[in-house]
Amino acid sequence: MANSRFTAVFLLALAFFGGFFVYSSEKGTESALGNFPFKYGLDLNGGTHLVYQADTSKVASGEVNGAMNALRDTIENRINVFGVSEPLVQVEEANIGGQTVEKLIVELPGVTDTEKAIDIIGQTPILEFKLLRPAATSTVVASSTITATADELFEDTGLTGRFLSRADLEFDPNTGAPSVLLTFNNEGKDLFAVITKENIGRMLAIFLDGRPLSTPVIREEIPDGKAQITGTFTPDEAKKLVQSLNYGALPLPISLLGSQTIGASLGEGALSASVYAGVLSFIIISIFLILWYRLPGVVAVFALAIYTVLNLAIFKLVPVTLTSAGLAAFILSIGMAVDANILIFERMKEELRRGLPLNDAIKEGFHRAWLSIRDSNLSSIITAIILYYFATSALIKGFAFVFFIGVVTSMFTAITVSRTLLIALGVKGENKFIKFIFGNGIGNK
Amino acid sequence: MQVIKYRKIFYIFSAIIIAVSLYGIFAYGLNLGIDFKGGTLIEAESVSPPNMQKINESLTQQNIGSFSVRPTGERGVIVRTRELSSEELKSVGEIFTANQKGIIKRADTVGPILGEELTKKALWSIVWVIVAIVLFITFTFHKVSKPVSSWKYGAVAIVALLHDIIVPAGVFAYLGYFHGVEIDALFVTALLVVLGFSVHDTIVVFDRTRENLGKNNSAKISKDFETIVGESVSQTFTRSINTSLTTLIALAVLYFAGPASTQNFALVLLIGITAGTYSSIFIGSPLLVTLEKFQNRKSK
Repeated sequence: MANSRFTAVFLLALAFFGGFFVYSSEKGTESALGNFPFKYGLDLNGGTHLVYQADTSKVASGEVNGAMNALRDTIENRINVFGVSEPLVQVEEANIGGQTVEKLIVELPGVTDTEKAIDIIGQTPILEFKLLRPAATSTVVASSTITATADELFEDTGLTGRFLSRADLEFDPNTGAPSVLLTFNNEGKDLFAVITKENIGRMLAIFLDGRPLSTPVIREEIPDGKAQITGTFTPDEAKKLVQSLNYGALPLPISLLGSQTIGASLGEGALSASVYAGVLSFIIISIFLILWYRLPGVVAVFALAIYTVLNLAIFKLVPVTLTSAGLAAFILSIGMAVDANILIFERMKEELRRGLPLNDAIKEGFHRAWLSIRDSNLSSIITAIILYYFATSALIKGFAFVFFIGVVTSMFTAITVSRTLLIALGVKGENKFIKFIFGNGIGNK
Repeated sequence: MQVIKYRKIFYIFSAIIIAVSLYGIFAYGLNLGIDFKGGTLIEAESVSPPNMQKINESLTQQNIGSFSVRPTGERGVIVRTRELSSEELKSVGEIFTANQKGIIKRADTVGPILGEELTKKALWSIVWVIVAIVLFITFTFHKVSKPVSSWKYGAVAIVALLHDIIVPAGVFAYLGYFHGVEIDALFVTALLVVLGFSVHDTIVVFDRTRENLGKNNSAKISKDFETIVGESVSQTFTRSINTSLTTLIALAVLYFAGPASTQNFALVLLIGITAGTYSSIFIGSPLLVTLEKFQNRKSK
């Protein structure tokens, strides 16, 4: 008993520490325990969730994974350029109707403008090099700005951003003006050399998305495949240009399969309603437990509180992305976590009725209930695992994960915590009062 | 225990409920939401109660085919259409956001491929959960072979499981037909949880039967199977009710006080877990006795 008293104090201290951790790690960086805020999914935080299908029909089957990873990196970079905090980009393979569908999933917290989000991701800057038509030279020189449509004035050279191997940002050492240095790949280098060789003296304009960016004149043949764009752009614009050129073309064509946008207000409402429901159900269940099971009921409430703290700490440390379904799973699990306690207490009551002394009844109750607890919880664990495996959305994955954690920790708290606390109380004797507080239900059988 | 004695009454009661549920499912079908069918759903909220007629007119002008508009809450509407492109979505959204009169609370678009994937995975997950649970029960009870072999425990569990998912599915078929309640991905999740919970409940009773059978054998008392099952049911009765009660408390609170997004989810669980508790007490164990009687009659 001395042993279990020690363990009980240890468990309570751990629970207190856990509660302190859950509370203090939320506030900010000042906590000594570090900063582990809860992570909320898009449905609680607001944001946009997009699912794309990548067209891998032109990729050899062995290279699909590589291509998908390249696609993910490209999209990730593209999103980072636009400053979305904590975006999530992942690739997933799905088998639909006997066909393998390569999916790309993008989550953008805080972005509620779906169209803009789709633009950010789908935007492929088109970089083109066009030669000024000889007939148009005078027009351009005369007006010094290009007002006529590009096609009337310029002819295509076939040189585009596709031949680009990289773009770099450079600053003129004297003026500090930004410029963009383009390096072509081998194919592009040859093409660029031919164009520059044959058209010395003509204007070779550089167009981005159909807009002229820079209009240099070819002075000599450029055989090394390097071109410099000096335009009237600010360092910021130049930087963005370099980034979008580098992350320009997507390695695979993508098409949108579905989108989901959740406004921040809806998320906030869902979160506070979930928290309210969680607290309320905890209180009602506690009242029920104490009224029905009396002293063991009080112990069960402690076990339930420790269970709650333990779960919340796990949510923070893993970290688990909490969704409304995940919180529902947690609330459900609070209701279910009591089950093991109830099994044990009912068993204890039976052993008491058989005439066992109190302490033996407690031990027997735990011992005999264990098989039921193990077997019945295993079925929930199986459900959770299958649910997680087949989940198509983050919402359901979140549910399955929280449910799984809940079932596992509830087994631990019921067996370890309730048992230790009950034995540590060390109630002895057989008087009426003791029988009453260990009895349960209505009346006193 | 009276439960075993009067088992036929409980069988009949369940048979009626199941028949009504199945009628609902086959006559009305399940009202599948965009998660399965594909399409776009927009929930908007404006500063004043929405003018439904005006909204209908504006939506008709958008040329987006057939659509449905339902009010939600005091100032909200939910619009359902075919799958919209991002441009169409934007212009439909502007009907509600023009002049800062409202906000788009959420907009979901599900393409046909995603819908098909979900449908397929949902069906597979139900199949796998049932298979896994039966295997699990058969394995757990493999030492119990007399007088009823262990696979029969599994078979009885399946009957109980089917009972427990047919009832909520039936209720939602009626809700879908009369109140437009839609089935979404969470509905399937809830059904799977009901499966897990129901078997959890059934196992506790079976486990008691297993224990009592063992005791009976070692003590060389020859109580008949019916008596042992009856005792097991009555011994676990309070526990079954109390466990379900705490879970139902949590779910009822979630239903009434929780977020709208998980309200239907909580309702499926409330119905399913109630059905599950009923079936593990009044259907599962009595069926074991019926099976045993049937077996005896055959061998005689």
